[in-house]
Amino acid sequence: MTEVTAYQEGNDTRQGGRFALLTEFWAYFSENRGAVIGLVFFSCVVFVAIFANFIAPHEPNEQFREAFLQPPFWQDGGELRFPLGTDAVGRDVLSRLIHGSRYSLFIGCIVVSVSLVFGVMLGLTAGFLRGRVDVVIMRVMDVVLAFPSLLLALVLVAILGPSLINAMIAIAIVQQPHYVRLTRAAVMGEMTKDYVTAARVIGVRTLRLMFVTILPNCMAPLIVQAALSFSSAILDAAALGFLGMGAQPPTPEWGTMLAEAREFILRAWWVVTFPGVAILTTVLAINLMGDGLRDALDPKLKRS
Amino acid sequence: MAFVFIRMLPGDPVMLMAGERGMSEERHAEMMQVFGFDRPIYEQYFSYVGDLLQGDLGTSIITKKPVLEEFMTLFPATVELSLCAIIIAVFLGLPAGMIAATRRGTIFDHTVMTGALTGYSMPIFWWGLLLIIFFSGILGWTPVSGRISLFYYFEPVTGFMLIDSLLSGQKGAFISSMSHLVLPSIVLATIPLAVIARQTRSAMLEVLSEDYVRTARAKGLGPGRVIGIHALRNAMIPVITVIGLQVGVLFAGAILTETIFSWPGIGKWMVDSIFRRDYPSVQGGLLMIAAVVMMVNLIVDLLYGLINPQIRHTD
Repeated sequence: MTEVTAYQEGNDTRQGGRFALLTEFWAYFSENRGAVIGLVFFSCVVFVAIFANFIAPHEPNEQFREAFLQPPFWQDGGELRFPLGTDAVGRDVLSRLIHGSRYSLFIGCIVVSVSLVFGVMLGLTAGFLRGRVDVVIMRVMDVVLAFPSLLLALVLVAILGPSLINAMIAIAIVQQPHYVRLTRAAVMGEMTKDYVTAARVIGVRTLRLMFVTILPNCMAPLIVQAALSFSSAILDAAALGFLGMGAQPPTPEWGTMLAEAREFILRAWWVVTFPGVAILTTVLAINLMGDGLRDALDPKLKRS
Repeated sequence: MAFVFIRMLPGDPVMLMAGERGMSEERHAEMMQVFGFDRPIYEQYFSYVGDLLQGDLGTSIITKKPVLEEFMTLFPATVELSLCAIIIAVFLGLPAGMIAATRRGTIFDHTVMTGALTGYSMPIFWWGLLLIIFFSGILGWTPVSGRISLFYYFEPVTGFMLIDSLLSGQKGAFISSMSHLVLPSIVLATIPLAVIARQTRSAMLEVLSEDYVRTARAKGLGPGRVIGIHALRNAMIPVITVIGLQVGVLFAGAILTETIFSWPGIGKWMVDSIFRRDYPSVQGGLLMIAAVVMMVNLIVDLLYGLINPQIRHTD
């Protein structure tokens, strides 16, 4: 039984059936226009990522020696063969961006699932049991949190050796304490409430109390955090790439592309602008979806 | 812990120091001995911790200066930048979030939230580059890098360029340091600002739907009192957590911001040290930064108790 279904059963006793729940969820979700826009855009990115080989006009690493730093097609000297221009070694920017979407989504998925699962487990244990367990878990998390995330990730990658996989491992380690802290804080807040006392009085077992009674009421911040950290995983990976510690050239990762383009900022605006726009819009779309999820899932904000 | 991490860094610092020219075998062994890299790891560790307890963070391999001294010279630059950023973030973020929450669904709310979300989604290294292109490249208003123009020189008193330049009494020095500070501060403030505004709004919304707020309203208290006293106090708990967490975010942001703007602070120094495999500097820097962040977290934990007596009692 996953946490999400436990959440739904625990909270919504008015209606039966998954379908009804899904419909209700969609009703709330689609109320939020931004969230729907985010979802549509995100779906496009997923589509592009999956079919990158068919959509991209050129191979991401194919060099056209006759076209270095060619501007986008609407500017003088641009041509439709390279819609967003070419970079300093004559590679098509659009094709590289399209292939780059694969890396970003992949990074987000792996990092979030790893850090969420471990983080929630630890946080729930700490917040519920308190005492010595709590102290040990939180001190370890404090140590990790004490290092600024990007700096720790940077050092971790420097240790492991610069590569995309190592960057993902580093980012997952660095993000996990946020889940632990959030879960613990929420659990502690809930523990003082009457319904928890009531559940104890009627003799609910500990595990059930933890996962079925308390956890669902703590899920709202966690879901928002999961969405936000999906996007911040993409951002951090791009930042590591930008600093030369993430995906290595010639990988068409967006951050790495920006790093390669940095020296041309005043000469060729397109090589700097487009990868950034790609990062920003993708991350923004995911964050919009995260907000929609929160509004749809948070029972406290529902005004029925 | 930092020690174990860093000593695992691949690459040989001595070889790196030798550079292109290379180095004879004997010289290499001799250098390794000077820095103590030939001793077993655990021995290196204990001697490091011993020195650490006496406040000695070791000596940089590259510059041969004590790490603590280097850190202390660069630290004010980062603090100055971070303080400016957090001031911008709190003073814009808190009111924006509160007003957005109380006027939920209005155009103001939507504008603030869209702006905050965009800010939150911003890859700040790209944002910095864009600002440089626009303000320094096209408009030519602000300098591209550094803390102050080379025309001015004065002895550092506080280490904060803004205050020092005022104290020096040189005409234009203050303006110069100010114009160097503006863009990096904005870049560094972007994410904290967005986070604070969002968190304030969502915390306020949550609190405003609680029963006691309704009770307060039912008692006939004015909206200012309900929001300012009853609601804000409880809404502040998550907000303070988030502001506390921003300190780490600021250091992380400082790494990127300082790299882009060549701001001579801790972030740039750490990145350079990592690339130069300057073990003692990376190690000492990590430890010092961690100490600063931990101190701030401790203060935040103490603030909880002040704001919410409930948490104080359950402990």
